[in-house]
Amino acid sequence: MSDPEIIMNIMNVVTIPVMAKARIGHFVEAQVLEALEIDYIDESEVLTPADDLYHIDKHQFKVPFVCGARNLGEALRRIGEGAAMIRTKGEAGTGDVVEAVRHIRTVNDEIKRAVSASNEELMTIAKELGAPYELVAEVKKLGRLPVVNFAAGGIASPADAALMMQLGCDGIFVGSGIFKSDNPAKRAKAIVEATAHFQDAKLIADVSKGIGTAMRGIHVGSLKEEDKIAKRGW
Amino acid sequence: MKIGVLALQGAVREHANSLMNCGVEPVEIRYSEQLSEIQGLIIPGGESTTVGKLLIKYKMLEPIAKMGQNGFPIFGTCTGLILLAKEIIGSVQPRLGLMDINVERNAFGRQIASFEQDIPIPELGPEPFHAVFIRAPYITKGGEEVRILARLEEKILFARQKNLLAAAFHPELTKDLRIHQYFIEMCSK
Repeated sequence: MSDPEIIMNIMNVVTIPVMAKARIGHFVEAQVLEALEIDYIDESEVLTPADDLYHIDKHQFKVPFVCGARNLGEALRRIGEGAAMIRTKGEAGTGDVVEAVRHIRTVNDEIKRAVSASNEELMTIAKELGAPYELVAEVKKLGRLPVVNFAAGGIASPADAALMMQLGCDGIFVGSGIFKSDNPAKRAKAIVEATAHFQDAKLIADVSKGIGTAMRGIHVGSLKEEDKIAKRGW
Repeated sequence: MKIGVLALQGAVREHANSLMNCGVEPVEIRYSEQLSEIQGLIIPGGESTTVGKLLIKYKMLEPIAKMGQNGFPIFGTCTGLILLAKEIIGSVQPRLGLMDINVERNAFGRQIASFEQDIPIPELGPEPFHAVFIRAPYITKGGEEVRILARLEEKILFARQKNLLAAAFHPELTKDLRIHQYFIEMCSK
């Protein structure tokens, strides 16, 4: 969690909703953020986990939570705990979109499997995913996650954002991809426009022009498996 | 009949589903050229400053405002209500400015103050409407031509001014289709 003073200052100067991060399992940080009347809490693997076994029981809170997921089982476990929104974990801070793509593709493939499964297969699928049966049944019925699913972790360009939208995400989270680029305001605007018009390649070409250099990236392949942030959370 | 849902941001899919459940074809509107295909337009919930800026950027603010002035039916929910208002208290953000109403943004409080409540809407019949309020605005006052369709104490939640309809809450998030049907009726006249 960031310093509440910084969070309050941000909340006071913008009219849009503000989200803040709590550590995985740190329900007191979440209580503090709720007391500040933050709009959403990201129970985030980007911070070091406070609990290496359990995530926050998010049903105890009125403020909505978003949680990261690498696959359908992880997404449904978080929803089972009360997450109101899901995002791909990707690999935060790298500017490399490959992990976010992997995570949304994995979720999509597993949803397809649930949709095409017969009813008698659902319990076994739930067992294999480690997900609540009722939520697997709901995914089969809806053909998608029962909550909105955002893309996060490595989105650095307007085209990255549109790619994630075309792969089926409902929206985009960008942090370092904007703030570590050399013209954050321009890049942020371009990413917003590419997200709104994610199927319009001509427009994405236009908004991608002259927005300066992207953040200096880290190739995910160069990270050691144990150093990946996405590994945090279970 | 085709009804457009402004698709720059926000609860687009939910409105499209509600329209389909009413037997009307929804059209996701992203460009001004599409405006000629539709008989009515829904402006969904989202973030009003962002949607206002995108409306200018994609040259839709003026065309939609003109259509609204000429009797074209427009229904705004939440952000849509804010964009329809002439007066947004304490804000100079872009808007269509079509309805003679004063609107307070985030009037009930932040996200955490979001709530659901059954409200009476006599125009739709005796059954109350289950209204979902998310960081919702409300109308503090309306001009002479504005008909108030629902209110909580002094807060105006649902109003109509001729061809324009505005709700502070989210009818697209419930299964009750009466408000969408009411708007569809406005579009068929």
